[in-house]
Amino acid sequence: MLAKRLIACLDVRDGCVVKGVRFEDLATAGDPAALARRYNAEGIDELVILDVTATIENRRAMEDTLRKVSAELFIPLAVGGGIRSEADAAAALDAGADKVALNSAALADPPLISTLAARYGSQAVVVAIDSSREGDRHVVYARSGRSRTPRNAVDWAREAADRGAGEVLLTSIDRDGTRSGFDCLLTAAVSSAVPIPVIASGGAGTFDHFYDVFTAGRADAALAASIFHFREHAVGELKGYLRERGVTVRLSPC
Amino acid sequence: MLGLIDYGAGNLASVRKALAAVGADVFTPERPHDLDRAAGIIIPGVGHFAATRAIEAEWRRAILSAVGRGIPLLGICLGLQYLFDGSDEAPGVAGLGLLQGRCTPLPPTVKVPHVGWNDLRLERPSALLDGIADGTQVYFTHSYAAPVTDATVAWAEHGPRFTAAVERERVFGVQFHPEKSGDAGLRVLRSFVQLTNSPSHQATKC
Repeated sequence: MLAKRLIACLDVRDGCVVKGVRFEDLATAGDPAALARRYNAEGIDELVILDVTATIENRRAMEDTLRKVSAELFIPLAVGGGIRSEADAAAALDAGADKVALNSAALADPPLISTLAARYGSQAVVVAIDSSREGDRHVVYARSGRSRTPRNAVDWAREAADRGAGEVLLTSIDRDGTRSGFDCLLTAAVSSAVPIPVIASGGAGTFDHFYDVFTAGRADAALAASIFHFREHAVGELKGYLRERGVTVRLSPC
Repeated sequence: MLGLIDYGAGNLASVRKALAAVGADVFTPERPHDLDRAAGIIIPGVGHFAATRAIEAEWRRAILSAVGRGIPLLGICLGLQYLFDGSDEAPGVAGLGLLQGRCTPLPPTVKVPHVGWNDLRLERPSALLDGIADGTQVYFTHSYAAPVTDATVAWAEHGPRFTAAVERERVFGVQFHPEKSGDAGLRVLRSFVQLTNSPSHQATKC
């Protein structure tokens, strides 16, 4: 049976891992390659490296990080942040990423999704959606939560899937960094609406938050940073917790 | 030396890195006759079956001729599907026809693409999957799949059962990504590399 995936997110700025609280107040926390190695040893299923500032100057640093991580870890590796064009995606994939996550670039230029899917395959194209609740609407934001768009998350996810995206990485801006739990309503709404896998993100604080998002939230995968970062062996313990409650997870390598 | 066929279907960086990690000596043949010096051939590939159209007739002949000489061939993901007659994904494009059957889409009753770690269920002993236990979880990402046939050595399930690994004489294929399946995946690649070092009469005993 297909296992629910646990994905660790490494927010990287200028070659260092940082962790944002509601996309602000970045507090430095470590070397990406070392952290990736630790997560792999703990049994993480997949890694996402997010270039949180993504400027031209630090792109080379990001590619070096990707090269380093992909040369020694043989699990899926996605990269997001600053993928604005086909050339940016090509550079990230050449450096060792298996997938690129498009966010603002896909909103600004939706056909970019199809271009990349045609060239690299849908499995290489993740559309990242940042959403915030307004009443019963799930509004999509661009530019790391800084600019509101007229789109809603469910319709945009559907369009992304139609255009060839292989997965949706769905972040609740309201929950991100709060440790108050994933937005299960948002995740279930999007996951039920699209034929492709949905990765839930934003709000992980306790093990039962993962259980909730895999069951009520209908997520195919869950992404987190701090819970894995600040607590040693969290990945293995979380998998044990989920397995006891009947959620299929990948057994940690011994 | 292993010949890694680059026909422009996606990104080969991950496959190259994993092969390097298991100590394989890899080259990318530029012309079909470069395959004459390959001890083994790998057809990787992600994406659309139509991409295999880029493997022109003379390449196909060179690959089939190498298989005829007993050179081990490994297809990965799309490369496995290419070993079969063809795929509904690109009905006008012929596969290598080394294995009988057509690839079909995964059904709409499950999330497609099938992305993630799923159990490998062993069908019968296999040289390629030597040391891999039944139920080992490996990483898949694909939307089409090959049917379970008498060449199937392992299957997986996402909706229906489909072929996860094939083996017939010196023709091998995996639907999953050994280069992204952690230690288990590296073990499969290592087994293939070892098969390329052994004469064919030893390998076909298994």
